[in-house]
Amino acid sequence: MSVDTSEVRRIAHLSRLAMNDDQARDFAGGLSDIFAFVEQLDGAAIEGVEPMAHPLDAEQRLRPDAVTEPDRREAYQAIAPAVEGGLYLVPRVIE
Amino acid sequence: MEWETVIGLEIHAQLNTVSKIFSGAPTAYGAEPNRQACPVDLGMPGVLPVLNQGAVERAVMLGLAINAEITPRSVFARKNYFYPDLPKGYQISQFELPIVGLGHLDIELEDGTTKRIGVTRAHLEEDAGKSLHEGFEAMTGIDLNRAGTPLIEIVSEPELRSAKEAVAYMKKLHSLVRYLDICDGNMQEGSFRCDANVSIRPKGQTEFGTRAELKNLNSFRFVERAINFEVERQIDVIESGGTVVQETRLYDPDRDETRSMRSKEEANDYRYFPDPDLLPLVVDSAFIETVREKLPELPDAKRARFVEQYGLSDYDAGVLTATREMGDFYEAVAAGCDAPKLAANWVMGEFSAALNRSEVELGEAPVNADGLAGLIARIQDETISGKIAKEVFEAMWNGEGDADAVIEAKGLKQITDTGAIDAIIDEVMANNPQQLEQYRGGKDKLFGFFVGQVMKATQGKANPAQVNERLKAKLDG
Repeated sequence: MSVDTSEVRRIAHLSRLAMNDDQARDFAGGLSDIFAFVEQLDGAAIEGVEPMAHPLDAEQRLRPDAVTEPDRREAYQAIAPAVEGGLYLVPRVIE
Repeated sequence: MEWETVIGLEIHAQLNTVSKIFSGAPTAYGAEPNRQACPVDLGMPGVLPVLNQGAVERAVMLGLAINAEITPRSVFARKNYFYPDLPKGYQISQFELPIVGLGHLDIELEDGTTKRIGVTRAHLEEDAGKSLHEGFEAMTGIDLNRAGTPLIEIVSEPELRSAKEAVAYMKKLHSLVRYLDICDGNMQEGSFRCDANVSIRPKGQTEFGTRAELKNLNSFRFVERAINFEVERQIDVIESGGTVVQETRLYDPDRDETRSMRSKEEANDYRYFPDPDLLPLVVDSAFIETVREKLPELPDAKRARFVEQYGLSDYDAGVLTATREMGDFYEAVAAGCDAPKLAANWVMGEFSAALNRSEVELGEAPVNADGLAGLIARIQDETISGKIAKEVFEAMWNGEGDADAVIEAKGLKQITDTGAIDAIIDEVMANNPQQLEQYRGGKDKLFGFFVGQVMKATQGKANPAQVNERLKAKLDG
């Protein structure tokens, strides 16, 4: 499987990443190489093997439904680039 | 051409846990912005999600209530999309292996028949934060209090065939989650939200048409109106030679129309993959049985029991079991007065009307179940007539005391003394010789006139059955 520049551009757009033509070409080449590498797995015999959701043979542990986190808004917002009235501010997004 | 409507609903219900699905931050509604958002909710690097047992229990509860398979080993997946109120860049959801598999819900149609609607699946996921676009210069404000609130998304099969059916299904599910007490059902606050997939096809065709996904349907009324608008729009598009495109459309209640929001191919590539931060969720039979023991009596079972136990009509039983609170209230009234049918009439009639008029919730009503039962008991033992009871109820609602106190204070006790009633009848007959003559001359209709006069003379307090009986005897005598 190879990836072309239009595919790279689409994924970059969905991830909101800026990318020029040279970069798109570079990534298309690099990603294609990665896919080719991983594609070697297609040769593995997987008959009767269950799909794996997690490499560890363990189960999800549950925690009791209880509030354990105190309000530390001021500390968390101290590192935010812009804050107003308790809200984090980001460049305007319009639907 | 005749068209058939095909609708599938995706309903998001916020689960009423006290803490978030993957963090220990609180979920209470209405807090100041970002006071309930901890590093997990903020998507800080290096933090790890830990699943809330309360959310799992609630999901299993729903699954059991809709007779669904509970997946023994379900998996959490990352749904990737970019939006600032989702700081991680992905929503933790379930994709290939949801916790609740195929189940069903029976809805009642307008003609009284029942239709079984398949529920494809229900999965656990986290809610996103909120974006506030107004009031900031070229900026958007982000409140992450809601981020990480547990949701269960309940997906129906495309088996609904009209806006009315969709509303019936949504109401049924709403009632169910309230019964189960897994969601507060508050639609204004967004605790219970609905998206509708709507398409049309020529009647008789088996393939589905292209669907539009309608968003922002936050009331039962909007669901019905948005679907009806959308169906008309799609018919117009096709009948004028166009094609329906697969897209997301936003319902605008002010203009009562749907508008294109974004087309699918542009944004809906979510690149799901299993979340490596979470292990598979194993729900064994012991866990399921523990949850099953907590299941309350469900609406359909309660309705059937009301018919059986209290001798109510199926319709009345349906009204009284529409919410768990109403069902409990009715049972408390019925138990308190030992007159189940009369209790049903009062709860559905005067009491519900008063609730609507005063715009108060059942739990805040100024007349409680004991109070209403006390009033009904006085009708039952003939202390007052049903008509006088309405006056007493009014006074009770206005805080003038319990039934006995009001009856005493206003002197409303029914006159059941035959001697007293006879005396009044004699007086009425003496005062209306002309009518008496006409009546005795064959004008039967005047009987009602005499009843009215006697009731007027006693201010409605005479026992109506006795008045009828004594009047008949005296007039004809």
